[in-house]
Amino acid sequence: MVQEKGCVGMVRVGLDIGSTTVKCVVLDEKNKILYKTYERHYSQITEKISELLKRVKEQVKNAGDAVIAMSGSAGMGIADACGIDFIQEVYATRVAANTFIPNTDVVIELGGEDAKILFLSGGMEVRMNGSCAGGTGAFIDQMATLLNVPIEQLNDLAEQHEKTYTIASRCGVFAKTDIQPLLNQGAKKTDIAASIFMAVVNQTIAGLAQGREIKGNIVYLGGPLTFIPQLCKGFDKALKTTGICPENSLYYVALGAALCAEKGADLDTAISKVEVYRGTGNFAFNKPLFGNQKELDEFRTRHAKATVKKGDLKNFTGNVFLGIDAGSTTVKGVAIAEDNTLLYSEYLSNSGNPVPIVKSFLEHIYAINPNVKITSSAVTGYGEEIIKNAFGIDDGIVETVAHLTAAKSFMPDVEFVIDIGGQDIKCFKIRGGVIDNIFLNEACSSGCGSFLQTFANALGYSSEEFSKLGLLAKQPVDLGSRCTVFMNSSVKQAQKDGATIEDISAGLCLSVVKNALYKVIRVASPRELGQKIVVQGGTFLNDAVLRAFEQEMGTNVIRPEISGLMGAYGAALYAKSKKNTKSAVLTCAQLADFVHEIKSVNCGGCSNNCRLTVNTFSDGRKFIAGNRCEKPVTKKSPDESFNIYQYKLKLLKEYTPKQGKRGRIGIPLGLNLFELLPFWYTFLTELDFEVITSPFSNRKLYLHGQQTIPSDTVCFPAKLMHGHVQWLLDNGITNIFYPCMSYNFDESLGDNHYNCPVVAYYPEVIYSYAKDIEGVKLFHEFVGIHRPKDFPKKIYEELKNYFDGITLKEVRSAAKAAYAEYESYLQKIRDYGDDIIRRAEEQGKQIIVLAGRPYHADPEINHGIDKLITSFDVAIVSEDVVSCKVHQKIHTDVLNQWTYHSRMYAAAEYVSKHDNMNLVQLVSFGCGVDAITTDEVRAILEHHGKIYTQIKIDEITNLGAVKIRLRSLLATVRQ
Amino acid sequence: MAKLLYDKTGRLLFTREMKEEYTILLPMMAKIHFNILKNVFVHYGYKVVLLETEGPEIAQVGLKYVHNDTCYPALLVIGQFIHALQSGKYDVNKTALMITQTGGGCRASNYIHLLRKALVKSGFEQVPVISLNLSGLEKNSGFHMTIPMIRRLAAGLIYGDMLMSLDNQVKPYEISKGDSAALIQKWTQKLTDILAGGHGFRRKEIAQILNEIAEDYAKIPIKKVPKIKVGIVGEIYVKYSSLGNNNLEQFLYEQGCEVNMPGMMGFMMFKIDNRLEDYKLYGGNKMKYVIVEKLLNYLKELEQMVIGSQMQYGFTPITKYEHTKSLVKGVVGYGSKMGEGWLLTGEMLELVESGFENIVCTQPFGCLPNHINGKGMIRQIKQKNSKANIVAIDYDPGAPRVNQENRIKLMLAVAREELNNQAKQPEKKPVTVKVRTVTK
Repeated sequence: MVQEKGCVGMVRVGLDIGSTTVKCVVLDEKNKILYKTYERHYSQITEKISELLKRVKEQVKNAGDAVIAMSGSAGMGIADACGIDFIQEVYATRVAANTFIPNTDVVIELGGEDAKILFLSGGMEVRMNGSCAGGTGAFIDQMATLLNVPIEQLNDLAEQHEKTYTIASRCGVFAKTDIQPLLNQGAKKTDIAASIFMAVVNQTIAGLAQGREIKGNIVYLGGPLTFIPQLCKGFDKALKTTGICPENSLYYVALGAALCAEKGADLDTAISKVEVYRGTGNFAFNKPLFGNQKELDEFRTRHAKATVKKGDLKNFTGNVFLGIDAGSTTVKGVAIAEDNTLLYSEYLSNSGNPVPIVKSFLEHIYAINPNVKITSSAVTGYGEEIIKNAFGIDDGIVETVAHLTAAKSFMPDVEFVIDIGGQDIKCFKIRGGVIDNIFLNEACSSGCGSFLQTFANALGYSSEEFSKLGLLAKQPVDLGSRCTVFMNSSVKQAQKDGATIEDISAGLCLSVVKNALYKVIRVASPRELGQKIVVQGGTFLNDAVLRAFEQEMGTNVIRPEISGLMGAYGAALYAKSKKNTKSAVLTCAQLADFVHEIKSVNCGGCSNNCRLTVNTFSDGRKFIAGNRCEKPVTKKSPDESFNIYQYKLKLLKEYTPKQGKRGRIGIPLGLNLFELLPFWYTFLTELDFEVITSPFSNRKLYLHGQQTIPSDTVCFPAKLMHGHVQWLLDNGITNIFYPCMSYNFDESLGDNHYNCPVVAYYPEVIYSYAKDIEGVKLFHEFVGIHRPKDFPKKIYEELKNYFDGITLKEVRSAAKAAYAEYESYLQKIRDYGDDIIRRAEEQGKQIIVLAGRPYHADPEINHGIDKLITSFDVAIVSEDVVSCKVHQKIHTDVLNQWTYHSRMYAAAEYVSKHDNMNLVQLVSFGCGVDAITTDEVRAILEHHGKIYTQIKIDEITNLGAVKIRLRSLLATVRQ
Repeated sequence: MAKLLYDKTGRLLFTREMKEEYTILLPMMAKIHFNILKNVFVHYGYKVVLLETEGPEIAQVGLKYVHNDTCYPALLVIGQFIHALQSGKYDVNKTALMITQTGGGCRASNYIHLLRKALVKSGFEQVPVISLNLSGLEKNSGFHMTIPMIRRLAAGLIYGDMLMSLDNQVKPYEISKGDSAALIQKWTQKLTDILAGGHGFRRKEIAQILNEIAEDYAKIPIKKVPKIKVGIVGEIYVKYSSLGNNNLEQFLYEQGCEVNMPGMMGFMMFKIDNRLEDYKLYGGNKMKYVIVEKLLNYLKELEQMVIGSQMQYGFTPITKYEHTKSLVKGVVGYGSKMGEGWLLTGEMLELVESGFENIVCTQPFGCLPNHINGKGMIRQIKQKNSKANIVAIDYDPGAPRVNQENRIKLMLAVAREELNNQAKQPEKKPVTVKVRTVTK
């Protein structure tokens, strides 16, 4: 690597200590690179730095008098402690770019945990990802792991892609939940690889551009963009440009640091300082998991008691029942006998496609016992449908029910089951033998097994080795409960502070438990969970996690020996209960001919535009996945007569533009305007405007507006507003009507009638970027529709500043018509809702009140969840249909002051008094207000013995978790 | 022992007997202000303890008892309370909690309810919670807000703002380290005696005390050298609370910056002014308008006193509320009132205008109003002044401090470059080295 020995003059050393790698460059006085290196540090940061510096000293002449500076997120503390100048890495990049590629306009740099955009020309700005690390190198690493391919191959795969899928671009965790079902449904890895890169591109643009256009000479820097040309192509495509990835693109931060170096540091001193650098030893820690070996032994003896009887499949002649759990990251299969004896089991990694794994499982069974008498079989888990179809499995069963069935075989009166798997946490309370309350993780997988695995691998251990390390740790690091990606920085910090690998292992196990308890289940004490707890799932096979759970809850629990197999075991028990005589599962001979082909197509049957995966099996059977409704399977339109969400859309579509002398005015159809369209449409039409409404949202519309979103953590419905406004602009509408409204209508259901801050003031955000567009007039004034008497005069005063010739008289009469139309619109919905309820009662259908905000009716926001629910043969009404039947403010333990939320409390109250109704609450991810409403709606329902079901929605289109929830709910209701 | 009494809705009341027997815990926010303000309650015969606890356990306790998606300030305030109740330092049967309650459209108006839920969850149902508000919400026989009490609290805020503003101006330049901190201590003690004794809230007294403070500060010898000027704005709790913002002010000070934190009185005036703006936007009761306007004018008078004293003794005066408000015109509407509302945007504009072009905009992760008035307005602010160098930092229990500091350092690196550029052009902006000597 040494390039020119024997150079004279001052040399500059730049170090870039990243989250996974160390980069080092040495420059001469003409900024020529004398030495450069790029190496992984495996978290042995100080050792690596001193090693590098020693090498520099040896190999570069005059290095002894070098000036030196350090950069990179992991170098901050070390630099300070060693008296080396620290240069912030984005700043360093900028200095380097200005020096080496002077005409650069924009730099896009992706690192291990960081994503940055630097605007160098026309008003310098630097952006880096804030509290979300989605779309960075770590994310790509995770995705490669998920696909079970090395990173380089990911690039090759993407090159061959035919189509891309929509993958949530916010967070690695979300993306995982998108990718997993795609894999399970048989989507091609090539297409998924390309989709992953597209997600990274979108995340970077949406998260960092914040309304500023990325144009001009673009430079790509950093590891991911250097090693993955397809990623650069993705940016090129999205930005409609051709950027360059320059020579030394990995070293820009280090180069910048070298260029900024001012302070001379004797290399020897620097090396010795780095070598003696030890963390402060100051880190928060918890009490040890076990005080001594004796405690650990006792613990192990206690848990060794929860066993199952085992038998041998070979030569077994009795009836055999198969259970398969095709989970998110693993596939589990068991074979049991009539007396529940476990004859055979397998626990295998999913590797992205469960079909071949289940095939080999069946093959093994036939190989061990060619005469096996398989009487019945059942499958559960994410891959349920495809496995059932592929192999002729007799029954499918919801995961929750499978786990409960298994848990009961260990503890018949179990009160609480918690299952922590690779990516899912499933817990449920049991009352009277049936599931009473379900908790699933949806937004976050940081409490799951894959989380531990990721860390173990990153630190160079297998999961098993790693978790054993923590058992006797003296000072388990207190890492709190937080996002996987940020846990990374916390772990590194703890290491720098002197925590041992043992302490970190124990700390991570504790944080898994804390996440599950406080984030997912939201308990404060074991009292809430009951006395009889069964824990299961692969993650609990880890003794440290189990102990942490017992410690945190202050109670002993049962962990079945087959903890990791419980889903499959439950499925087998369920299969047994079906009392079949002969299973339809493929025979040995059929299995030998088994072929599985995958094709993906777009449905196009409706606006959801589902990406369908068509699986074709050996005998020509087909299985379609990815659909929300039955249309692509049955070719018939689904019955929408029990779906109020579809009715709402139908009504809104009726507000079509009418020619008007004042010309065209656009209404972005989102947030509160979704429900207020009848009001504003009528108001403006009466004022003789031609009212153009943006369409219901879709993916394309969203992507069109994403460059202008200033806050990446705002809720998805708000982000969509940018797309709607962009749509209006693209369609030549220059007058846009989007007023601010602190207050909504007072429906007398609460203490006040606010809109949430985002709904109330989002027009201000839209205005702040739309105002610069030439010729655009955006009405974004504050209006008070809650005061019908004052409203006409107040809005008149604002309107006349925008449009000439409007009179107060006209406004008064338009307002009158608007109020009337709004009332009539609501009445239509209520009437239709009542009709649905009446018909459902006649036909004995269950009714689900799908409660959310009015704008959750938008198909891109709810992802077709309404159709999914009606496909289970239940009727859907919305919260406003029943809330109006509650005529007073109901007592809540929180301040009930937002109109939309008051409806939800009232709806919950109403539902809890009607046996044939259940409530499912839709919650937008990132909605701070719903942190309050969800707990309260739950409290109202549970107070009356009803089950609370919550569905978090975001950009994600993963309906797997939604299905589990709904099926569990319906299974319980029907029992 | 005082009996536990409940109102119709089941709320545990703070009774007159409790006033005699109970200790009231106050959560910490702005250290300078709260240490002064607590004395107003002492004067009215309450036993109060201001919680000075810190450390990561507080957030952990909060996470245990409050919905994890709730905003960070709620987690911390409630965590601090419950942590205190669990500490064994207080007789939990003779302890009450006090928390502010606003009626705004932001979810922060629910803190008191979340606190009560958390008390039930943690087994402290017997602990009454007192709501501190100006809207007549939640009455208690043992605690009343009266006009004189409001005046005393307003005076306390003004003193706090004054001390904070002068400390910010002097501390980075003081020749002998610790001079300014010593004055804060001296005046906190002095004001404790004055306010607890029931004095220091009349206009004349206030004017005199403010002058004395300014005079004291003017005596501190300083050496003016060019420093990076950084403003701090944001959601009120994470803006002021070192527990909430990982000691941001101290961090910036250690990085060699002069910090400017707009005062708390501005926020109070904003909240009061909102009622006037509501009337203007939507209509309403004229009588109420007139009364509220009186209150606002009174606060403006106090604000003017601070400005007067500061100018008299050669300090940069705080910016008038009305001026900050005027800067917002055409950027964001006055109807945007939830949370910090337009004031947040206004403070950023005001800071940029007065030379504090570098700004840390602090907010709890997922803070709804700040999506609009913080992050949502940065673009417009930059368009008005291209030198504006703003970094938005999210605070929550999951955001590691290193990441936050790294982002702030980026902002500082850009700021330092700008400072160096200015230094290189002495004809434009001379590097002034001003040494003030002690004058008696």
